[in-house]
Amino acid sequence: MELYESTIESLHSRLVKKEIKPSDILDSVYRRIEAVDPSVKAYLKITKELAYEMAGQAEERINNNDNVTDLTGIPVGLKDNMVLEGIETTCAARMLQGYRPPYTATVLKKLKDAGAVFTGKLNMDEYAFGSSTENSGFFTTRNPWDIERVPGGSSGGSAAAVSADMCISSLGSDTGGSIKQPASLCGVTGLRPTYGRVSRYGLIAFGSSLDQIGPLTKTAADNAIMLKHMAGADVKDSTSVDREVPDYAAVLKKDIKGMKIGIPDEYFIEGLDREVKEKVMQAVSVLEKSGAKIEKISLPHTEYAIDVYYVVAPAEASSNLARFDGVQYGLREKADNMIDMYKKSRQKGFGKETKRRIMLGTYVLSSGYYDAYYKKAQKVRTLIKDDFDAAFKKVDIIATPTAPTTAFKVGEKSSDPLTMYLSDIFTIAPNLAGLPGISIPCGFDSKNLPVGLQIIAKPFMEQDLFDAANTFQQAADFHLKKPGLK
Amino acid sequence: MAITKKDVEYIAHLSRLEITEEEKEEYAKQLSDILEHVERLGRLNTDNVEPTYYAIDMKNVMREDKKKESLDKKKVFDSAPEIKDNGFKVPKII
Repeated sequence: MELYESTIESLHSRLVKKEIKPSDILDSVYRRIEAVDPSVKAYLKITKELAYEMAGQAEERINNNDNVTDLTGIPVGLKDNMVLEGIETTCAARMLQGYRPPYTATVLKKLKDAGAVFTGKLNMDEYAFGSSTENSGFFTTRNPWDIERVPGGSSGGSAAAVSADMCISSLGSDTGGSIKQPASLCGVTGLRPTYGRVSRYGLIAFGSSLDQIGPLTKTAADNAIMLKHMAGADVKDSTSVDREVPDYAAVLKKDIKGMKIGIPDEYFIEGLDREVKEKVMQAVSVLEKSGAKIEKISLPHTEYAIDVYYVVAPAEASSNLARFDGVQYGLREKADNMIDMYKKSRQKGFGKETKRRIMLGTYVLSSGYYDAYYKKAQKVRTLIKDDFDAAFKKVDIIATPTAPTTAFKVGEKSSDPLTMYLSDIFTIAPNLAGLPGISIPCGFDSKNLPVGLQIIAKPFMEQDLFDAANTFQQAADFHLKKPGLK
Repeated sequence: MAITKKDVEYIAHLSRLEITEEEKEEYAKQLSDILEHVERLGRLNTDNVEPTYYAIDMKNVMREDKKKESLDKKKVFDSAPEIKDNGFKVPKII
C-alpha cells in the first residue's frame, strides 16, 4: 500500500516509530496529485514550498520528541475559503483572484500548531454557493468514482481530494450540507460540527448563523482526531462556544449497545432514489445488529426546511457579501463615482449563482418584505428545531440518507437553480437547528457510485456520531473501497 | 409572488449589481420560481412562535474596551486595488 492511501492513525504510528518521515508522506501525496488531479481537478493551488517547510518542522519535532501530536506530519488539504496569511485565498471566485490575506484562520493556526502539513487549496462552489462545485469561478472538480459526474458541493474539492487519496484529510465548510453532501457523493467521512463548536474566524462568511468548518477523512477514527484539534472557543469568534473539547479519539467506542436511533418518516419520501433508500436501510440494519435500538420518529416540519433555508441563507449571504465592493481588496472596475464602482466591480466579479443569492437575500430583507419572508422563516426555523428537540427526548441519534441521489452528471442540474437546491433536502434541517451531523459511506449503487448515511446528534454530542460511525466501520468496509482512478 | 423586470432592477440597485437586460429577464423568472416555493411557509401558523436567529443558546460576548493588536498595515495594503498615502484610494464620494 502506498503512503498516500493510508490513514492519519496508521501514518502517525509509523512516524513516531521513525519508519517514515513527514516528507516521505508528502512525496507520495504529491506524486498522487500529479498522477490523478489532471482528471479530478480538486486543487486550485498546490502549496509545495509551504508544505515541505511544514514537513521539515514536523520531522524536527518528531526527532526531538517535541510536543508531537497525532497530526504532526500529516498532509491536510484546505478548502479555499479559509484564510492563510500571505497565500492567495479566492473562495473559487474571480472577485478574489490575487487576494493575499493579512491573517490566518484560527482553525488553520490550530492545525499548524499541532504539526499538520498543508498540501494546497481546494476547489469549491464560488463563495460556497452550490451543491456540485459547478459554480466555481475557475473549473468544475470531477467525482473520482466517475469523472463525468460531480463531486457534490460546495466542498467538492475537499471531498474529491480525500476520496482520490490526494491528501490524508481535508477541511471543508458546511452551511446547508456542503461537507456532508459531497462526502456522501464521493464516498468519504465528513463531519459538520455543532454550530459554535469550531471557530469561524478566518472562514470567509456565507451564512453566519449556519457556517461551520469541519473535517473530511477516510475513517471515523481519523475524523475524531481532526475534530479534537479543531474544536474549541475562540475570542476572535464570539459565536464559538466555551465548552470542553473531549479527546474524541481516545474514548472512541466500537459498539453502540443500547443506543437509540431514530428513523424519521419524512426523509423517506418520493424523490429519494430507490437504491439509496435500500443501502441506507441496510446500514440501519447493520447498526441494529451492532446493538442499537431502532425507533420510528417524526420530524413534521422537515418539508419546510428548504424554504426556510433559501430565505435565511441568501439573506445572511447578501449581508456578508456586501464587503466585496472593490475598495480594500478584490476586483475593482474603474468608474468615476462610488456607486458605479461598486456595481461594475460586483457585476464583473460575481458568478451567476452568487448574484442570484445576493438578490434573493436583499429582496427578503428589504423594507416591506422582512416580516413576511425573513422573520417568518426564522419562526419556522424554531418549529424545525422544536421537532428535533422533541425527537431527542426519545432517541440519541437520528439516521437518514445524506442526499436523495448518488452523484449526478456535470450539467444535469445546473440549468435550474431549484432542482440543484433540492439536493440539500436532507442536510438542511439539522443545520438550521445547529445540530452536528456526519456522513459516512454505506454502500454503492448499481453504477458503483457511493451512497451516504447521515447521522445527526444532539448539540455537542459529536462523540455519539463518532461512536456510531466507527461501529459501522467495524462491521462494514465501504469506507475502505477506493475509486478506480488511473 | 411574481417578480417583474422592474422589481429586479430595484433589487439589483439595492444589491449594487449592474446586471444586463438579458439577466433581468432570467433573474425575474428564477427569483419568482424560488419565491413561489418559499411562500409555502405562509401555510404554517407561527403566531405564538419566537424566531430563532441562533440555534444554539448564545449570549452577547463583551470585552474590555482596551486597545489590542490589530492587523499589520503592510499586509492589509498588499491586496489593495489602489492606495494613496495611508488609505485606500477610491472615486469621489461627494
